[in-house]
Amino acid sequence: MIIAQQKNIKDIAGMVEACKKVLLVGCAGCVTVCLSGGEKETEILASALRIMRKLAGRPLVTSTYIATRQCDPEFITPLDELVGAADAVISLACGVGVQYLAERYPEKWVVPAQDTLFAGGSTEHGRWDEKCGLCGDCILHRTGGICPVSRCAKSILNGPCGGSQNGRCEVDKDVACAWQLIYDHMKALGRLQDLTAVQPLKDWSKARDGGPRKALREDLMAK
Amino acid sequence: MKYLSKLQAILESGHFAVTAEIGPPKHASAHGVIHNAQILKDFVDAANITDNQTAIVRISSIAAGVHVLASGLEPVVQMTCRDRNRIAIQADLLGAYSLGMRNLLCISGDHQKFGNHPTAKNVFDLDSIQLVNLMSKMRDDKKFFCGEEIKEHEPRFFIGAVANPFADPFEYRVDRLEKKIEAGAQFIQTQCIFDMERFERFMEMVRARGLDQRAHILAGVTPLKSWRAAKYIQTGVAGMIVPDALVDRLKNAADPKSEGVAVCIEQVKYIKENIKGVHGVHIMAIAWEAIVPEIVKQAGLFPRPVTHHLF
Repeated sequence: MIIAQQKNIKDIAGMVEACKKVLLVGCAGCVTVCLSGGEKETEILASALRIMRKLAGRPLVTSTYIATRQCDPEFITPLDELVGAADAVISLACGVGVQYLAERYPEKWVVPAQDTLFAGGSTEHGRWDEKCGLCGDCILHRTGGICPVSRCAKSILNGPCGGSQNGRCEVDKDVACAWQLIYDHMKALGRLQDLTAVQPLKDWSKARDGGPRKALREDLMAK
Repeated sequence: MKYLSKLQAILESGHFAVTAEIGPPKHASAHGVIHNAQILKDFVDAANITDNQTAIVRISSIAAGVHVLASGLEPVVQMTCRDRNRIAIQADLLGAYSLGMRNLLCISGDHQKFGNHPTAKNVFDLDSIQLVNLMSKMRDDKKFFCGEEIKEHEPRFFIGAVANPFADPFEYRVDRLEKKIEAGAQFIQTQCIFDMERFERFMEMVRARGLDQRAHILAGVTPLKSWRAAKYIQTGVAGMIVPDALVDRLKNAADPKSEGVAVCIEQVKYIKENIKGVHGVHIMAIAWEAIVPEIVKQAGLFPRPVTHHLF
């Protein structure tokens, strides 16, 4: 899923400094699961902003809505009436949701409450780790199910580099060396031989480097 | 046989090679680089010119290499994969060859987190092994990285890579060295050796696979100025091992600097006399280039052999 983390509340308040009435839109998708933009977090952010503004002597009126998915037009249309009454919309979705709202309401000031971090998952309670680099050309079958593109600080395809020590990455002792993990896993599978071939250059045109990407399923498209 | 590279000529004739390292400055004057090149030129066969080492901005390796070459010392251009994509790497290396550079060391590069621009975007379009592989194909098959033919004047670098026997997983380090040699590495410089016992175990495995017959291995050594420097490397630098005994020896020395030099000389002599399969030493006197002649002389490696290469 997409992992996001709320921005500093002062920064969020600053984006709607001039507004008297704001609509906060949470999302019931990934950001609910990673506990940063679901119903609970949306209500907490709304009350925190109201308190801040009340203390500053300039009360703020808030309303809230939780979209089933902000990355889907179908779930945004119910917002039409709520949006009209607000001076600004604060999205607690990932960057995708923010853009869907901004596109749907071009006359409205739409701002992000979150920093969208990465594609990953929970590894312990309260911790999420990046697992996928969204590179568009999966090589997990060559690396024992561990992604060096996102989990090696240098995205090395023929690792590990000389900074791997005691299973840790040189960049951060809290981060496992992806190539140590790959080595251990391939060894356990009896497939170390697979690591001897020089991995070819990666085709980054399939990643974002090739420009904004699209995925087409012509069989599903209207004729 | 004539070689385009002096370093290659030395190694292929079976001499025990000596290389050093020059770190370019954090400003736009080549004065210090030229000074260091003049100090080193009679005592080493070639000198690596580091490429923004520890991700700190400096005069580029290739530009500094031009000054070194003009000072009568053969440069080894270093190229990291951190700062350039495959387009920039090829362009810069074509340029380097046109400027007279004949040796190339391919490395991943320290992560930018350790440097003075930690918020920079890194590149790592390719890794060091791919770089070795594609540069040897550029020379031998006359092809750009994309496969397009180079019609004439392909760069003919003597290509090197690094090996770190002190990083993990230890047993995979020899596999990875083999992968580099398989990819086309002709010479190998190792990370600084402080743990001689581990290096000997590494070399045993290297010899068992005959890798010392397929590439020239240069053992990396570094003279330390103080026990604090030793302690810092021991605790603060990933992928390096410094035994406590070495820290203590420097700590108890009346003159730590000369003790550090003495240790380095002992290491060079030990490696040359006792460790089979090592074809030279790479002396990394970090910000202490002026000490190298002393080490070379005292280790019995002076004068340097004369070669008949096409400089």
